[in-house]
Amino acid sequence: MMKIDKDKLIIGAAGPVLALVSSFVLTVLVLLATGLDPIEPIRLMIDNAGYSDVQVLIVNYTGILYLAALGVAIGFRMNLFNIGVEGQYRLAAMVSALVGAAVDLPGPLHILVIVLVAIATGALWAGIAGILKTTRGVSEVVSTIMLNAITTSLVAWLILPKNFGVQPAGSNDLTTGQIPESGWFPGIDMGEGGQIYGFTFVALALGVVYWFVINRTRFGFDLRATGESESAAQASGVDAKKMIITAMLISGGLAGLAGMPILLGESHTYSLAFPVGVGFTAITVALLGRNHPVGILFAALLFAFLEKASSSLDIAGYPKEITQIMQGIIVIAVVVSYELVRRYGTRRQQQKVGEELAAGGAIKTDKEVSA
Amino acid sequence: MGLTAAALALSATACGKSSTGSSSSSSAASGSAVKAAIAYDIGGRGDQSFNDAAFAGLQKAEKELGVKGAEAEPSQGESDADKVARLTSLARAGNNPVIGVGFSYAPAIAKVAKQFPKTTFGLIDDTSVTAPNIANLVFNEEQGSYLAGVVAAKASKTGTVGFIGGVEVPLIKKFEAGYTQGVKDTNPKAKVLTQYLTQPPNFDGFSKPDLGKAAAEGQLDKGADVIYAAAGLAGSGAIEAASAAGKWAIGVDSDQYKQAGLASYKNQILTSVTKDVSGSVFNLIKSVKDGKPQTGEIRYGLATNGVGLADSNPAFVKMTDVTAAVEKAKKDIVDGKITVKTAP
Repeated sequence: MMKIDKDKLIIGAAGPVLALVSSFVLTVLVLLATGLDPIEPIRLMIDNAGYSDVQVLIVNYTGILYLAALGVAIGFRMNLFNIGVEGQYRLAAMVSALVGAAVDLPGPLHILVIVLVAIATGALWAGIAGILKTTRGVSEVVSTIMLNAITTSLVAWLILPKNFGVQPAGSNDLTTGQIPESGWFPGIDMGEGGQIYGFTFVALALGVVYWFVINRTRFGFDLRATGESESAAQASGVDAKKMIITAMLISGGLAGLAGMPILLGESHTYSLAFPVGVGFTAITVALLGRNHPVGILFAALLFAFLEKASSSLDIAGYPKEITQIMQGIIVIAVVVSYELVRRYGTRRQQQKVGEELAAGGAIKTDKEVSA
Repeated sequence: MGLTAAALALSATACGKSSTGSSSSSSAASGSAVKAAIAYDIGGRGDQSFNDAAFAGLQKAEKELGVKGAEAEPSQGESDADKVARLTSLARAGNNPVIGVGFSYAPAIAKVAKQFPKTTFGLIDDTSVTAPNIANLVFNEEQGSYLAGVVAAKASKTGTVGFIGGVEVPLIKKFEAGYTQGVKDTNPKAKVLTQYLTQPPNFDGFSKPDLGKAAAEGQLDKGADVIYAAAGLAGSGAIEAASAAGKWAIGVDSDQYKQAGLASYKNQILTSVTKDVSGSVFNLIKSVKDGKPQTGEIRYGLATNGVGLADSNPAFVKMTDVTAAVEKAKKDIVDGKITVKTAP
């Protein structure tokens, strides 16, 4: 048993490590080719990460990415590619902000309502793609991309002052109105550094829930089984259609939660300046983290570090776009290295099976003993 | 190949080190020289519009006032907290004034201005946040656009004119409101075709000329013969389309007749609605350097030539009845006889 686990662990870690090392090397080469000092920007980024305010930014962004990436990952475990996390995140943030500003309830209840609305909105939006897939066979990749585009128009329409939006006096921004203080999620004050959003801890707790559900429940087993082979799962009594819809609903619900740290902890309104792009970054994070809750956490932390520690590079005279180059290379490197590692793993497995077969019937008893 | 790359890299390595060295040494020697910083809005420098205009103001201040300038760009998907961090680091480095380009900096400036009471903060396009050390630099875009509407109504033969907005945000709606009012006040029967290229958070409508071109072609097909595009870089596509059809285009933000990139279409650029962002940035930096920092709402309208119409196209100057109507409308607005709406 121990030996097999170790193998799995090495193979599991080999992909991300290979991806990170090669992306780092490639980034240095890109910097060299553009005629810039390749080490200085990276040193500056590490320096920046030493400041408490940057650390708070990193932690907060990690929580946001983590939630969105969990949403992507649960789809991946089912072999569903939910590219619509971005749209689900934005629509959910907008609608829950609207509801949050419209109602006035005592503290915890107010927050709960906002959070539930966000989950429901995200789930509903992703559920459309799920229903289209199960009833009409529409690829969720296509439908979620289209739903992203529809989100943009829908949010733009909803936020018009003649509909539900508010334009504060003297501002050129559009908002959904301010959520009363009872709907603010308390954070942890870090003094000069700012505030760590309280919802970050909810994100981490959901990581534990995710792990438990996927690995320790019947539902999680069905989910993984359907992801491995839909027909095989169906043959063993799993309702694949129901699983697809459920997975999309959960994925969308998690995506909806990704807007909560900022909405409840900082902005208290959805405005034209609400952060975008979280859902797309989350896809990379989930890929890099191999859909594993711990892996995703490290991947989210890495991406948050790249994003936030680089934000003042341009003041020092370096283009901060190197972060995007680095992230882009990570995506390619991840795909390539995972495929390489997978092939190596398969070959190794075949070899092993061959050896064991050659050794004769001994394996059977071996396995039975170890089990 | 490999050798040249390596040589390049080597020489550049030296450059990189020295540039960071100089910047850190100058930050140590603050106090004597004035240092000014601008933090850009989405799009950043190179957007051929708003951010570039702010940069031009900073450059002018560097040349004429000997100010040392710093710039910082936003990153994708950032929140107010990131903006607070950026402004804080700029203020902490001794920059004064620190200018946030665009309304999205309002919440962040409200926070940071409290922490640095001795630093002047400039906030462009927003008056919702005020403090003794905040200068709100705002423009009456609708007034300049009104004049463009007068020009369009007068110059149009078909009685149909077009408006193309880059992204459907309140700021661009001010352009639409003024333009439409100017057209209708001049020729009540005229028809205004209005189209926005994209909706937030998709800001392609400010950056992709092909979108502006397609929209302009659609309006030309519907009979429009004057098109006013308030769409940043995307507007150049509209100018191209109007010019190809032999119709009039009205530019925006700066005098687009003089822009090198549009030289081949300039004969059809009748005029441009100018918005003096660069002047406002320069004035703020100068006021701080002179020890009398601007504060509160600093409004740039027709009266102060903060917005206006460009007259560098000889064809425009020749249309004496049009320029006369513009002069009259301008006087009426300045005198308060005409109030221009800020929302359509």
